[in-house]
Amino acid sequence: MFKLRYDDFLIYDEATGTYSMSAEQKVRDETERNRWKNTGLTILKDWRLYLMLVPMILVYVLWKYLPMYELLAAFKTGSETNVLDRAWAGLSNFQEIFFGKQEALTAQRFWMAFRNTFILAFYGLLFGFPVPIILALFFNEIRSNIARSILQVCVYLPKFLSIVIVTTLVISLFKGTVIEGNNITQQSGIVSQFLTLIMGKNSDLGAQAQLENGLIYSARYFRAIYIVSDLWEHAGYDSIVFFAAVIAVSPTSYEAASIDGAGKMAQMRYVVIPSILSTVVIMLIMKIGSLLSVGYEKLYLFCKDPTYGNYQAALVVSTLSNYWNSALGIAAEMVNNLIGMILVIGANTIARKASDVSLY
Amino acid sequence: MKRKTEVSELIFRIVAYVFLIIFAAMCIYPLIYALAAAFSDKTSMDAGSVIILPMVGNKVGATIEAFKVAFMESQFWVNYANTLFMAFVGTIWCLFYTVLGAYALSKKRLMGRHGFNFFLVFTMWFSAGVVATALNYTHTSDIFASFVGKTAQEIDLKWVVIIAMGMNATNLILLRNAFEGVPSEIEEAARIDGATELQVLWNVYIPMSKATIATVALFFGISRWNGYFWAQKVIGDQQSYSWPVQVYIRDYINRFTTLTGEPLSDADADRVNALEYSTTAVVYAMVVLAVVPILVIYPFIQKYFAKGVNMGGVKE
Repeated sequence: MFKLRYDDFLIYDEATGTYSMSAEQKVRDETERNRWKNTGLTILKDWRLYLMLVPMILVYVLWKYLPMYELLAAFKTGSETNVLDRAWAGLSNFQEIFFGKQEALTAQRFWMAFRNTFILAFYGLLFGFPVPIILALFFNEIRSNIARSILQVCVYLPKFLSIVIVTTLVISLFKGTVIEGNNITQQSGIVSQFLTLIMGKNSDLGAQAQLENGLIYSARYFRAIYIVSDLWEHAGYDSIVFFAAVIAVSPTSYEAASIDGAGKMAQMRYVVIPSILSTVVIMLIMKIGSLLSVGYEKLYLFCKDPTYGNYQAALVVSTLSNYWNSALGIAAEMVNNLIGMILVIGANTIARKASDVSLY
Repeated sequence: MKRKTEVSELIFRIVAYVFLIIFAAMCIYPLIYALAAAFSDKTSMDAGSVIILPMVGNKVGATIEAFKVAFMESQFWVNYANTLFMAFVGTIWCLFYTVLGAYALSKKRLMGRHGFNFFLVFTMWFSAGVVATALNYTHTSDIFASFVGKTAQEIDLKWVVIIAMGMNATNLILLRNAFEGVPSEIEEAARIDGATELQVLWNVYIPMSKATIATVALFFGISRWNGYFWAQKVIGDQQSYSWPVQVYIRDYINRFTTLTGEPLSDADADRVNALEYSTTAVVYAMVVLAVVPILVIYPFIQKYFAKGVNMGGVKE
């Protein structure tokens, strides 16, 4: 920092004992006075650029930012269409979901959903993040272009199926056996049968697979199935980004490393990993950003109401609103999304401190 | 000079092949199952004997009766056409504002660039949530309907799905990064030749970022084609003629099969049991038909993937 001395901008006239403005300062003042004028002129000159932003901003304001105005409902009570017309209710909605003053079930459901959201998000990150990186590193190992293309097509494909198709396939592969009288009216799903074969009929898993609920509607195995199906759906597609980063590593780096006597593992450690680190950090932050919004679409299709066997494990915060009025639903989601935001800002800050790479 | 392959390298390569082949098999299997089921008949579907190959009467064979039934469902085709239309128009609309916005944001001379970027990135961090978004869709479609002097139920709600959905900040950032990678000398050269802003964008930036634009277009297109949840919420049951095909398939599953785990009502169950074809096989036939357009477009765009996504350069 520097200190401004008076003689930077004032001239002392010894004869009269008065101060007067220096020539440099006059120029500075002039610039300062014209600053807003110049800014305006620059904007005017580039008006086309600003016009180009208008459709994007309009869309984002209308359908990404305006919904946030509906969040006011969490602090209000009543059922008027316009949120502003409703009476303020302070934090009573939040008290209701946290402590269940009026109905104990509300708080019970909220905490169950909250716990499930965190568990699913945590496992999703634990498995869903490293697998795409490993896939990308392995793809880089395959020298034959044709073999790699075929494998890549297979691995990317699940992402291109709609959520409806994915859930249908998952349910039919993991469904249970339905017996009416002595007839089997529905065989259990192929994967259920396969797992039963491996684990044995008398194991816990085998027994569960034989029930009407099957594995997919059992509270115990639902989470595992959900995580695996998520991995199945996204891992290949997520590896695209990492693969792009891996093939961007220049071949000379590998050569230099191998001349220095680096084996495969050492090359991975000292060449590949450092080069893709920034991509990894960015993707990790982005993944954390969407962490707590775990598959409301998918879980909505997997589990609709408490009669479903997997309800205990599949209820998450964003599907809670199926059971509640909208004010409580909005309050619960707001808590959830605020925590999500704190997580991502924290991750971003840590990343910036530790590695100079950050999303924002 | 050919270097001798080291043992560690060989082991690593073998592990890579084995892992990838197993993973790819896992990824492709459910699709093979769907294809096999679509060509199977009722007896084998009920007995659950379909594993990899299509079955007829519990023996390997193929029948197209499920496809025949799917072809006869007129609403399926109405909704199929809807999806094609919605995906096409929706992708173009999303690309339109994304390309323009990304171009403007990629310019260093844009004033308030940091603010605009924050405006975008913030939507990735905090969202209002499902309930608030659903309410917002209802209210905004009311407002749009009131412009033409109608109520929301009287306008064709698929336009709400087309215009109001599919915002994706990640795609915008990808495109912005690609535009930032275009050397500024080329732009200056074009400027000296008297090109306007739009001409620079159209003749310089878009051709030079072809790979990213193709990738982003595919991402948008796929999210449009597969969109289910919001389309179902916004359009609702009254306007079933405006449904995208995914909503129709789910509705068919709910009405005619036990795939969702919910037992059918007695009347429905009797009706389904009396049918000569398996409704589950029909579902799979529809699933197969609904995947076809993506499989047709996908190979043309896949080659751009590795070039098209550069996430490492994401800067604020």
